[in-house]
Amino acid sequence: MTTTTATPQPSELEDVRAATATDKRRVQHKELWRNRGLLLPAVIFLILLTQIPFLTTIGFSLTKWNLLYPNDRAFAGFDNYTSALTSGDLWPSIVATVLITAFSVVLALLFGLLFAMLLDRNFRGRALARTLMITPFLIMPAAASLIWKYSMFDTNIGMLNWLFRSLHLPVVAWSTEHPMATVVIVLTWQFTPFMMLILLAGLQGQDKGILEAAQVDGAGAWRTFTWITLPHLRMYVEIGVLLGSVIILQVFDPIAILTKGTGGTKTLAYLLYERAFIGLDVGQAAAYGVVTVILTIIVATIALKSVFKVFMAGGSR
Amino acid sequence: MNGSTRSAKGALTTLATWILVLVFFFPVLWMVLNGFKPESLASSVNPTFFFKPVTEGYQLAMDRGMAGYLQNSLTAALTSTIISVLLAIPAAYALSIRRVKNVENSLSFFISTRFMPLAAIVLPLFMIFKTVGLLDNIYVLAIVYGAMNLPVTVWMMRSFFLEVPFEIIEAARVDGAGMFREIVRIVLPLVLPGVAAAALISFIFAWNEYFLALLLTSSAARTTPPFLGSFVDGRGQFLAVLSAAATIAALPVIIAGWVAQKQLVRGLSMGAIK
Repeated sequence: MTTTTATPQPSELEDVRAATATDKRRVQHKELWRNRGLLLPAVIFLILLTQIPFLTTIGFSLTKWNLLYPNDRAFAGFDNYTSALTSGDLWPSIVATVLITAFSVVLALLFGLLFAMLLDRNFRGRALARTLMITPFLIMPAAASLIWKYSMFDTNIGMLNWLFRSLHLPVVAWSTEHPMATVVIVLTWQFTPFMMLILLAGLQGQDKGILEAAQVDGAGAWRTFTWITLPHLRMYVEIGVLLGSVIILQVFDPIAILTKGTGGTKTLAYLLYERAFIGLDVGQAAAYGVVTVILTIIVATIALKSVFKVFMAGGSR
Repeated sequence: MNGSTRSAKGALTTLATWILVLVFFFPVLWMVLNGFKPESLASSVNPTFFFKPVTEGYQLAMDRGMAGYLQNSLTAALTSTIISVLLAIPAAYALSIRRVKNVENSLSFFISTRFMPLAAIVLPLFMIFKTVGLLDNIYVLAIVYGAMNLPVTVWMMRSFFLEVPFEIIEAARVDGAGMFREIVRIVLPLVLPGVAAAALISFIFAWNEYFLALLLTSSAARTTPPFLGSFVDGRGQFLAVLSAAATIAALPVIIAGWVAQKQLVRGLSMGAIK
């Protein structure tokens, strides 16, 4: 682990440090309980609405329960999990979820880095350019998917195909010919501003003195970028990738609107929706919900540890 | 490198930046333009860039009852924001200024609930609400959104609370201010920008949410995202009305986001980046 804490930006670590400092302030026992009382409403609210429902989902997943046959409800052990594996729905869905997440996060990160570098410069209208750039992230995801579906990807009225026709290229039926690319393009478009904002904050927290020193020492732009800027951005990249992956792993809107899960884009969230609300198989759908949580935990922990070492290798040599 | 080639290079980079930004922004621009076109122009194979704007698309969107969906979205977003802010203020205060044992545990509890996929909790919520007849109720949806946004709100507010100089609080305590007074009169005025930013972020997430809205509402409480989603099954030409509807739906959050631009990163990173 290379320490790149030349950053003056307060990190989560420092937050924790500040919290420990608060701990040191002497407080009486009675007050301690009153302070817990401050925390309690939020904690109880979350336990009621997220923890208990999750435990119930685990319970459902161990139950044979189809709403079409409400009287035929019984404990099923791991039947829903084994049938998920043998029916051939689960594995493609995990692959779809992971691929869509990985492609979108990596592409959004690269575009985000490009735009962050470009918009970190001083130029006329920079504030306007930034404002325009963050819009795709703010726009309602359902609206964004619809706009792309009809005004960009459509074979007749879509602008992409108009462009292709103008260049005498064959027209592409995006959502049927390249469903995965269709979903990834829209997600990348939406999440590039997210990554850009996070990386831009990182670039602005960079010590300009070090950059100037590097220039004086004759380091070229590329060397300065790989040896100073990238290592400095590491923490920001990690935060961006972690939060981006966790959000995109749950992705539902573009699937429901662009492909309806066809062509290898049936993510776990969409599969669960189909099984529960069209197939009415509560037990089976709950098993997919539990798998989604497991996948989220795996991705959130492993991705951070392995992918970054590769990605940041250039900077920490 | 002499000065003039450097400035030429700079101008070129600026030009490239603008081209890329405009290409990136184009779908949004195109949406707004299409919303002001008559249907025949919007849905034509060859795009029109210059035209006489009409409000036909907006009229048609309103004829489809969009006002009602917007009203529901507003109710859900505002109510959920109030819920999460009211619950987050004391929690964030306890996690920053007051001492609570195991601050780290409490914080990771909050972050873990944020990372809980909605897919993992929607089935029991659906079943419970169905049993007690609370499906398709806008306030029920708002409560669920409140829970969805609470972790972000707590984390974000905490990062602002930590910036309050402890001397100010100590002075207030010496003056004998009680805890309630300390929060309302001393701390809150200092962190008001943070509270506002957290409220905006939670409004944005609730306004844009599609999955839960689709599953937990059907007609009376239906919000804007599932209404927009219903365009997918449309027949005939509808790009103008769709674009108009999408523009109206996106506008409140776009404006909120533009206003809160500086705080956006902090909200998105749950306060980790300032």
